[in-house]
Amino acid sequence: MALFGFLKRTRSRKEPAGRNGEGDRGILVFENTSEVIQAENLLKGEGWEIRVMGPPPEIRQGCDLVIEFPLMEELDILRILEAEGLTPLGVVPVTSPLLQPVDIFHVKDFGRYFMVRAANMKLTLDKETGVIVNVSGGGCPDVPYLAASMVGQTLADAPRPRDIGHTLCGYALQLAYEEVERLCSV
Amino acid sequence: MLCVVGTVPSDDFPLVEGEVGLNGDLLRIGTSTIAVHRGTPALLAAAVKSAEALGRPSPFAYLVGDTGTGKGSRKLYAHLTEALPRTSFQTIAFHYLQPIIHWHKRLQAAVGTLKDRPKLIADAGFMYAAKMSGEASLYDLFTPDVGELAFLADEEAPHPFYTRGFILHEDNRVPDLIARAYKHRNAARYLLVKGERDCLADASGILETVDSPVEEALEAIGGTGDTLTGIVSVLIDAQMHMREAAVAAMRINRLAGWHARPTPATQIGEIIGYIPQAFRDVLDG
Repeated sequence: MALFGFLKRTRSRKEPAGRNGEGDRGILVFENTSEVIQAENLLKGEGWEIRVMGPPPEIRQGCDLVIEFPLMEELDILRILEAEGLTPLGVVPVTSPLLQPVDIFHVKDFGRYFMVRAANMKLTLDKETGVIVNVSGGGCPDVPYLAASMVGQTLADAPRPRDIGHTLCGYALQLAYEEVERLCSV
Repeated sequence: MLCVVGTVPSDDFPLVEGEVGLNGDLLRIGTSTIAVHRGTPALLAAAVKSAEALGRPSPFAYLVGDTGTGKGSRKLYAHLTEALPRTSFQTIAFHYLQPIIHWHKRLQAAVGTLKDRPKLIADAGFMYAAKMSGEASLYDLFTPDVGELAFLADEEAPHPFYTRGFILHEDNRVPDLIARAYKHRNAARYLLVKGERDCLADASGILETVDSPVEEALEAIGGTGDTLTGIVSVLIDAQMHMREAAVAAMRINRLAGWHARPTPATQIGEIIGYIPQAFRDVLDG
């Protein structure tokens, strides 16, 4: 309820440009992280310049993500989302710096295996077979589910965390997965 | 008695409560069975093995299925706010739950009604919720790994995913991260930090460190942190002092891993099988 109140207040006010000149950016707020991930897939697939970010403190509930987008493109973006049944809870202008998702990767070589860590999530691959042998770290409830779904599968056959995950831990695992893919293709 | 609260990675798994047993590789609670993989099932399996080793009763658990949508977690939060005020657990370990700030606050309010406050342990998603809520200091023990410690140390991060880079890079400076977590009141009374060197700390700094035996592969194995939380929870529930319990748990968890001769492909179930032997190693001195 507090979230809806905040959105209503924010939308009815003409916000000035933010401290960092970010008045031309807005954020799309969704019911849950799964919808954010679906919307990100859809909008990036259509070539939109968007970023997944952390929400401002006023609307933070817990395990949250939002999509930052060019505010001038609001109508087009909403039309695309609504056509796919992904109507956001609201649209908020960006008035202060948003939290940046982690973008630091640590790679550990175990000889036959290597492990990539992104934020709190780690993915380990068998270099000889291409099989995912372990998923560790994380604390959200989709992590054991993702581990059960991915471990024992090759990188090519395993479901992507982006497709079956729901939380920030799932999103971090997706980043580790993409880094493993990148390292395997080098 | 020890109570464990957590989730099982299946949307079909109902909300259940009761004493937990272990039949071979399957956990049993009421008429439900659960495969022992990483997450709360690994914590529970380690706790059952530890309780057997000490001749203690099996842990009691509240479990629900949740694959990350948060639906199961919300159901469990709601149930616990009703059920906990009627319980008398000595120790409660909260584990894999969707971190939701307002539910965390309601659950703490329910715990606050108990005449005898239990020892409170938080790990995984529930530890994130405790920090996000600004109520970390209500807990007796958090069990973060080094990445999660960086999250606790970052007063602005609502989730490890947003830990700022300059803090995340400090993974060789555990004492600084611990100090920063306490400075901003984002730590429990004690922190058991899991890593290359496991350590127990409080607001005064590192109290105990255990760094042997060394098995580098354990870092890659999902569930080794869960088993450590399960072991230390049982020891605390057995009335051991925090320092003794933490040192014993760190040694037992490392020894169980060492006995398993792990590679990065080893699964947590293989290590749990060695917990009784590791208990004997530590208790027999």
